[in-house]
Amino acid sequence: MSFGYRGRAMRTAAVAAMLAVVSAPVMADEIFYVSGAVGNAVENFKTLVKPWEEATGHTVTMVPMPASTTDQFAQYRLWLAAGSADIDVYQTDVIWAPQLADSFVDLSEVAKDLAPTHFPSIIESQTVGGKLVALPIFTDAPALYYRTDLLEKYGVAVPKTWAELTTAAQTIQDGEKATNPDFWGFVWQGNSYEGLTCNALEWVKSHGGGQIVESDGTVSINNPNTIAALEQAKAWVGTISPGGVLAYQEEEARGVWQTGNAAFMRNWPYAYGLGNGDDSAVKGLFTVTTLPVGKEGDPSAATLGGWNVAVSKYSTKQEAAISLAMYLAGPEAQKQRAIAESNLPTIVSLYDDADIAAAQPIIPQWKDVFLNAVPRPSAPTLGKYAEVSSKFFNAVHATLSGNGSAADNLAALEADLNDLKGDAW
Amino acid sequence: MTSPTLGRANDLGLSLQQQRQRAAFWFLAPMVVALFCVAAWPLLRTIWFSLTDTSMDNLYGGKFIGFDNYLRVQTLSNGTVRYRGTLVDPAWWNAVWNTIRFSVVSVTLETIIGLGIALVLNAEFKGRGLVRAAILIPWAIPTIVSAKMWAWMLNDQYGILNDIMMNLGLIDTKIAWTASNDTAMIAVLIVDVWKTAPFMALLCLAGLQMVPRDIYEAARIDGVHPVKVFWKITLPLIRPALMVAVIFRMLDALRIFDLVYVLTPNSAATKTMSVISRENLFEFNNFAYGSAQSTLLFAILAIFVSLYIWLGKVNLSGEGR
Amino acid sequence: MDGMKLLKSASFYLLVVVIVVFSVFPFYYAIVTSFSTGTALFSVHYWPVAWDWSNYESVLGGRTFPRNILNSIFISSVTVAFALTLAVTASYALARVRFRGRALLLMTILGVSMFPQIAVLAGLFELMRYLNLLNTPWALIISYTIFTLPFTVWVLTTFMRDLPVEIEEAAIVDGATPWIIITKVFMPLMWPAMVTTGLLAFIGAWNEFLFALTFTMTEVQRTTPVAIALLSGASQQEIPWGPIMAASVIVTVPLVILVLVFQRKIVAGLTAGGVKG
Repeated sequence: MSFGYRGRAMRTAAVAAMLAVVSAPVMADEIFYVSGAVGNAVENFKTLVKPWEEATGHTVTMVPMPASTTDQFAQYRLWLAAGSADIDVYQTDVIWAPQLADSFVDLSEVAKDLAPTHFPSIIESQTVGGKLVALPIFTDAPALYYRTDLLEKYGVAVPKTWAELTTAAQTIQDGEKATNPDFWGFVWQGNSYEGLTCNALEWVKSHGGGQIVESDGTVSINNPNTIAALEQAKAWVGTISPGGVLAYQEEEARGVWQTGNAAFMRNWPYAYGLGNGDDSAVKGLFTVTTLPVGKEGDPSAATLGGWNVAVSKYSTKQEAAISLAMYLAGPEAQKQRAIAESNLPTIVSLYDDADIAAAQPIIPQWKDVFLNAVPRPSAPTLGKYAEVSSKFFNAVHATLSGNGSAADNLAALEADLNDLKGDAW
Repeated sequence: MTSPTLGRANDLGLSLQQQRQRAAFWFLAPMVVALFCVAAWPLLRTIWFSLTDTSMDNLYGGKFIGFDNYLRVQTLSNGTVRYRGTLVDPAWWNAVWNTIRFSVVSVTLETIIGLGIALVLNAEFKGRGLVRAAILIPWAIPTIVSAKMWAWMLNDQYGILNDIMMNLGLIDTKIAWTASNDTAMIAVLIVDVWKTAPFMALLCLAGLQMVPRDIYEAARIDGVHPVKVFWKITLPLIRPALMVAVIFRMLDALRIFDLVYVLTPNSAATKTMSVISRENLFEFNNFAYGSAQSTLLFAILAIFVSLYIWLGKVNLSGEGR
Repeated sequence: MDGMKLLKSASFYLLVVVIVVFSVFPFYYAIVTSFSTGTALFSVHYWPVAWDWSNYESVLGGRTFPRNILNSIFISSVTVAFALTLAVTASYALARVRFRGRALLLMTILGVSMFPQIAVLAGLFELMRYLNLLNTPWALIISYTIFTLPFTVWVLTTFMRDLPVEIEEAAIVDGATPWIIITKVFMPLMWPAMVTTGLLAFIGAWNEFLFALTFTMTEVQRTTPVAIALLSGASQQEIPWGPIMAASVIVTVPLVILVLVFQRKIVAGLTAGGVKG
């Protein structure tokens, strides 16, 4: 599809129409699109949907929401529960699909050609009981950031396992602490919130401890591998990681990292661009790799993040809304997002796209990270996911803060989760 | 209102009294309607939801299930009996305990600090007006903003509070205020006291200014020690004002939501009743269960206020004076 | 003796300084932070390192922040007007007219002021939807009466009850209707109490967050606390401390000015009626 000449013509027409204050054609709908908004998201979104608006004659108004996904979730739930028709298209987190499935339109029929071009694992995560609840628009997966200069200075190899990471971080920290008392080996997200579920799931999965609740619904969390993984993480707190890591979310970790006070960091792709900003103390001194594993040869695990679009079944303008969702999940929009905002595409072929590679060299690099992505157990736990995750990160946080041993806390967690599960999720 | 003058007014004729009562009715009606719509009706809805199995996916399709959300007995297939529901939920009781602990400590501290500030401000000195305005700043800042501000200042690595304390030599390692279970509650308390002590001070000051100056003068001439003056004269005189101030603060403290929600949203050490109800209502798939918790929260507040009024002999309605 | 006196007044002023620092320092620090950008944010400064106005520019130049401020002003003012109108008449009835169930009604009003916001949120949402007021300022104005009205009625009733009977009596003898009595006799006497309660209601409405977030659905309808909570960095996880602090300073300054202007009245109003036992 090309919008070259026609697009320009239509834009001129649109301007003329605006100047003349002529009302829009009858068939043109105004679609309300709600999304957590960061940075220039609203402006970027306007540019992004412009071709679609010009092609269809509809308009889109974006409703920005707090960046906190829990805040968004509670809000959307209330709106949808009340059957609100004010919002037509929702931007949804990868874990929401099973919980909100009833309120969204099934997209499997309209997207039957588009869906197979995406990574199958993501499409699967958005499919609930055969219903395609949402279409992916970009994905997200964390990686291990490390300081190339410091690794070189101390002659340390890029760590492959968590044990190697621990020793490497300790070595660098011991050396650096002499001149910089605020220096730490490894920073990550240990606050009790959804982010800790992501962090802990990576430790557990890469130690062969399963993924909390398996896809058949069994609660698998209480096993020796998980216990080992958590005990190892607990040992980091106060040694290679500051005690305060138990209150860190992404920004706190980045704060320590970007002021040059950490050797390693676990974080999402956003920290890459910011870390290379002009005022960053680590500009050009770092790179990323896949997260470490339990023992050599195991596959690495990175928690799958990312965003999707879903159409409300209470929308009165469904046709236009579905068309918008299809456009946003399609190759042009994803490519534009990748170039403009370095969002990771979900369409496989875009990782080989030359324009993207030229504009955002980090994106092809992230493909390895992304191929190891593990989903959080939102699919098997259906509507209960938020509660499962909350119980999990609370148990992990308790263990990390020294309230009870990993074994005890996990045994209690297992009982709690089985209780929550009842006969079936 | 037993003054003889009013009795005379009544003698002017029943029609006047009737006219006044009719006017009173019309004056009260809009307020009552407004309060019914925004308060009574939503509360009744919540109580109703708490007696059903309503979920967020289907707000209007809940079935009546009695008090199962509060307490129900299950007999498992193997014959063991177990109890379920909010009333036996350790998470709920943890939240109740957190809330009570928080309320008692914060209101006590606020009262003491507020009274202290009020005593200082009650003295005549240069720039009193400015100081009085300055102490109101914390109270005027939106809670959401002050919570963010403090989260920033309490940050362990680049927060200014740790920096100050390190420089003063009070601590030798940076404290992770909001992270550790031991300090999370302290962090919430610091912020709450900072934010509401000024308001307390203002209410105390209002009470203090009603104390006639000549009493102090007389006490000074008699050579009574200032501490004694405070305990024997000032405190008894401002006690009624203080009791009312405390009850309003206590109500706010028991309902506390936004501060905890922004500062330490998931910490089990600070989760209060409002926070846990919200979590169940909107985040987890437990709408009816959360409604039951909100209803209990309301009930606890009501019981508390009644007890306080009864035990403290607070004359809130001002009737019968 | 003189030395003692000096010491006394010195320690008194020290106490005053401590109180002021305790109250103002966080706000001062917010101002300092609002002048920092980028990595400078992640290190501690006790005074502004540079007068960098870019955070203010980015907030005020933002799409809707000025509009959000106007919304807040409009909503808070109308809320105050609405609450005071309803409360003045209601408190006249409650304070000056004898009728059955008066004490019960007063206690019920007090009861309303202890409703947890969380407990009424879902029901209020339904109501606003039913009235078709969602995403309009009126949804907020109406729902804010839940916390402004009980308080206002309460304070004004206490205040009015303490006014001498004689002033009303003279008007009654002259044949004035209750409405005339309220507007011509009581209103002029009640200004201190009305300013105090009005200001408290204004601040309450200005600072409210939960309802404002839930009942608005577009950017242009939002109020400032929500707008601040929505300020976001360049990406999902980044928190823009600089602009947040700048916005906080912007929304707090009007309140500080209001408080400065009315502080004498606030104390007088509370003395006159608010906190009598």
